[in-house]
Amino acid sequence: MSASTLSSTPATVGAFTPEAFAAHLASLPPLPAWWLDRKRAAYERFASLPMPKRTDESWRFSNIATLTLDGFALPAPTASSHHAPIGIQKSAKLVFANNRLSTREPLAADLAARGVIVDSLQNALVRHGDLVREHLLAQPQRLGSAKFAALHEAFLADGAFVYVPKGVEVELPVGLFSYAAGANTAVFPHTLVVAAENSRVTVVEYFGSAEDHDAHFACGANDLYAGHGAQIVYVGKQDWSESTLSFQLNSTVVRRDARVQSLNLHLGARQARSESLSQLQAPGAFSEMLALTVAHDAQEFDQRTLQIHQAPNTKSDLLYKNALRDKAKTIFSGLIIVDPDAQQTDAYQSNRNLMLSDDAEANALPGLEIQANDVRCTHGATTSRIDREQEFYLQSRGIDRAAADELITFGFFEDVLNRLASDELHTALRNLIQSKFKK
Amino acid sequence: MKPLSDTDTLPAPELEEPAVNPVVGIDQSAGNFTYDIKYDFDAGTGLSEKTIDYISAVKKEAPWIRDFRHEALKKFLAMPMPTHWATKDLENINFDKIRYYLAQGQKPKRTWDEVPDDIKKTFERLGIPEQERKYLAGVEAQFDSEAAYSNIKEAVAKQGVIFVNSTEGLREHPEIFRKFFGKVIPTSDNKFAALNSAVFSGGSFIYVPKGVKVSHPLQAYFRINAENFGQFERTLIIADEGSEVVYMEGCTAPKFSTATLHSAVVELVALKGAKIQYITVQNWANNVFNLVTKRGLAHEEAEIKWIDCNIGSRLTMKYPGVVLKGRKARGEVISIALANDGQHQDTGAKMIHAADETTSNVVSKSISVGQGRATYRGQVHIPKRLKGCKNNTECDALLINTNSRTDTYPAITVRGDRNATQHEASVSKVNEEMIFYMQQRGLTEGQAMSLAVNGFINDLARQFPMEYSVELKRLIDLEMEGSVG
Repeated sequence: MSASTLSSTPATVGAFTPEAFAAHLASLPPLPAWWLDRKRAAYERFASLPMPKRTDESWRFSNIATLTLDGFALPAPTASSHHAPIGIQKSAKLVFANNRLSTREPLAADLAARGVIVDSLQNALVRHGDLVREHLLAQPQRLGSAKFAALHEAFLADGAFVYVPKGVEVELPVGLFSYAAGANTAVFPHTLVVAAENSRVTVVEYFGSAEDHDAHFACGANDLYAGHGAQIVYVGKQDWSESTLSFQLNSTVVRRDARVQSLNLHLGARQARSESLSQLQAPGAFSEMLALTVAHDAQEFDQRTLQIHQAPNTKSDLLYKNALRDKAKTIFSGLIIVDPDAQQTDAYQSNRNLMLSDDAEANALPGLEIQANDVRCTHGATTSRIDREQEFYLQSRGIDRAAADELITFGFFEDVLNRLASDELHTALRNLIQSKFKK
Repeated sequence: MKPLSDTDTLPAPELEEPAVNPVVGIDQSAGNFTYDIKYDFDAGTGLSEKTIDYISAVKKEAPWIRDFRHEALKKFLAMPMPTHWATKDLENINFDKIRYYLAQGQKPKRTWDEVPDDIKKTFERLGIPEQERKYLAGVEAQFDSEAAYSNIKEAVAKQGVIFVNSTEGLREHPEIFRKFFGKVIPTSDNKFAALNSAVFSGGSFIYVPKGVKVSHPLQAYFRINAENFGQFERTLIIADEGSEVVYMEGCTAPKFSTATLHSAVVELVALKGAKIQYITVQNWANNVFNLVTKRGLAHEEAEIKWIDCNIGSRLTMKYPGVVLKGRKARGEVISIALANDGQHQDTGAKMIHAADETTSNVVSKSISVGQGRATYRGQVHIPKRLKGCKNNTECDALLINTNSRTDTYPAITVRGDRNATQHEASVSKVNEEMIFYMQQRGLTEGQAMSLAVNGFINDLARQFPMEYSVELKRLIDLEMEGSVG
C-alpha cells in the first residue's frame, strides 16, 4: 500500500499526513530497499495506532490533552547552523540541524585506521548496511510510545552512527549535537552506538534549539548496543526550547560482561516524555541508568523506565533525581522485570524528588515484576522538601531563596554527577544545569 | 413456603460447579465434594432487575434501599472490567452462573466421615475446636456460637453498642446508618463495589457511641449463623467521637465454599478522635475470586488501622484504604499475603490525604510459594495546598521457590513542598546460610524454612490477636512442608 492511499483521521496523524510522509521520502537520497520497506511499514503503524488515552496504564498521570501532533512541519534543510560548544575535548563531532548533518569534525586518523566509525546514518546505511540493519530500532517498544516510535522511524532522515571495533578503546568522547531551528519544526534525531567485544566508547549528545522562543516537535531515539565485555558511557543533554513537545525513546542492550552507563539530563521542553529500556541479555551484564531533571514553570517531565533481566547474574542500577520548582510536574514510572531464569539478579531502582515549590507535583510509580527467587531487588521512592535546618542555615547566611534552591539542587544532584568518571563531563553538566537556573 | 426472614440465612454452596479442595497444597482430587441442597429461597442464577427485587422483597427493605440497589445494578452493568490494569483472570468470572442470593433452609447432607482426611488433618494441626471443624468442613450448616459468646454481646450492648447485620441495621436504625451507607465507597467506585451494592446481604453494621471504648473485640466469626460469611457482605462501622473499637473477620482455618465469587464492601467511619482497628484473616478455598473494597474515613485526630492477612482464594484483589479527611488523622495498613500454587494475592493499600498534618503508614509483607504470585498495589495521594502530611510505605516480598513470582506497583503523587513521602520495597529469598545453620542444629529443611518465613512476618504477626497469630504460624508451617526438598 502506498502512503497516499492510507486513510487516517487528522487527529491520529496531525501534521504528519500521508502527503507529508511522501514528501519526506522524496527528500531523501536513494535508500536501501529494506529501510524503505521498514519506513513505509512504520508510517502505517503510526497512522493506525491511536493516540494515548487517559486510561492507558503506561500514560498514567501524563497530560494527554497537550500531546497534539497538529501544526508542526518538516523543515527545509537549514544552512545557518547555530552551535554552542559544551566545552569538552572530543574525539570526533557531528552536528545536525533540522534533521540534516551540518558540520563535522572527523576522527583522528589512527582511530579511523583501527576501524572506528563516526558517521551519519545516511552514509552508514550505504557503507555499513548490515550493522545498521541489525541494530537500528531493532528493540521492542514496551513503554507506551509505540505510536511515536513508529513516527520516528517513518520520518527519520539522518542521525549519528558510532561503531567501535573489537578491543578498541576510544579515549575522548564522541560529541553529537542535534538542533532544531525555526518555528514549529519537527525533528527526529537518532543515535546508534554499537560497541563490539571489549571495546570502549563515551558518547555525549546535546539536543537544543536555535532560538529559545520557537516551539518544536522533537521525536528522538537512540540505540545503544554493548557487545561482550564492551563499555559504553552515554550522556544525553536535553535542552530543547521550553515550548517544545519532546519524545526521547532510548534502548540499551547489554551483552555478556558488558557495561553501559547512561546519564540523561532533562532541562528543556514544555512537555518531555522519555522512555528508557535496558535489556540485560547475558551473564555479567550491567546497566547503570541515571537521570537528572530540573523542572520549572509549568514544565512536565514524564519518565518511563524498564530494566529487563533476561539472563542470570546480571545487574542494573537506576537512580532518577528530579528537582521541582514553580508549577512543574514530574512523573517517574519505573519497572524492573526479572525473567523466570534470571537468577542472581541484582537490581536497584530509585526515584528521588526534591520539592522546591508548593505548586509542584511529583508522581512516582516504582514497580517490580519478579519471577525468579534468588534475586536482590530493591526499589525506593521519596518525595520531600529540603531539610528545614539546612534552609534556615542558608537563610541565616543571607542567601536568598533562588540562590538557595540552586545550591540545594546541586547538593542533591552531586552523587549522580560524581558517578561520571570524567571531571570534564561533570563540569560541563554542572554548567548546563546552572544556565537553567539563570533563566 | 416458610415465612421470609433473613436473620438466619447462610451463604451456602452453589450447585453449578463441583467444589474444589479448599486447602492449598493438598491433593485436590481428595476434596471433590458435591452438595445436594434444596434452597427454599433462591434468586436463581444470573443477575437482573428481578433478582434485585427478589432480594429486596425477602429482606422487606425500604424503597430507598431498593432504589439504591437498582441504581447500583445499572452502574455495575455499565462499568467495564478493570482488566487494563488488573489480571486477565477476571475474565473467567461468569456472572450469569452465579447465585446472588440464597436464603434459609440449607442443610448440607454430608457427614464428618465423608470429609477427606487431609482436611481433617489440617484442622487438627491448626487446633480448630471440634464444633468449628464441622462447620468449616460444611458438615454443619450452622456453628452455634451464641452460647459461648453471648456474654460478650451482652457486655457490648450494655455499652450502647449497636451490632447487627446489614438488613437489620438499615431497617431498625436508618437514622444512624443511612447517613454514611454508601458514602465512603460510592456505588460507582468500581465494578465490584457496584455489584455488591446491588446484591449485598449479611455483614455487620456497628455503631459505637461517643466516648465508648468497646471492651471486647467484635468478631464476625462469633456470629456465623447471621450470614457473616456471605458472598456479598456489606459492613459499615461508625465510631462516634472519641470511641474505640476492634473488629475481626474471618479465621485462619481453611474456609470451604463452593461460591466462586465473593465481593464484599466494608466502610468505616471514625469521627473526631475515634479509633477503629479492622482485622481480617482471609482463607477462602482456592477456587474463589475474592474482590473486596475496603475504605475508611478518618475525621480529625481519628485513627483507622487495617490489619489484613490473605492466605486463601484463587484471586484476591483488595486494597484497604483510608481517606484522611480531618486534621491530624492517621491511617495504617498492615498486610500479610501468602500465595501458593494457583493463587494470586493482589493486595495493597490506598492512602488519600485530604487534610493537613495527616500521616499514613503501610507495611506489607508477602510470601510467594511454588508458582504463587503476590502483588502489592498501592496509592498515596497528597493533593495541593496541604502541609505536614507524611506517608511511609514498606513492602517486602519473600520468594520461596525458583518459579515463585512477586510484583510491586505503587503510585505516589505529592503536590507541594510541605509534605514528605517515602516508599521502599525489597524482594529476596530465604537466606541460605540461615537455613544451613538451622539444619546444622538438627532441623529439617522444611522446619528451617518455616522458622525463617515466620521470622519474616513476625513483627507483623505480633500485631494480630494471640489466637490468630498462633494459627497463622501453624498454617505457615503447613504451607512450607510441601515447598522444599
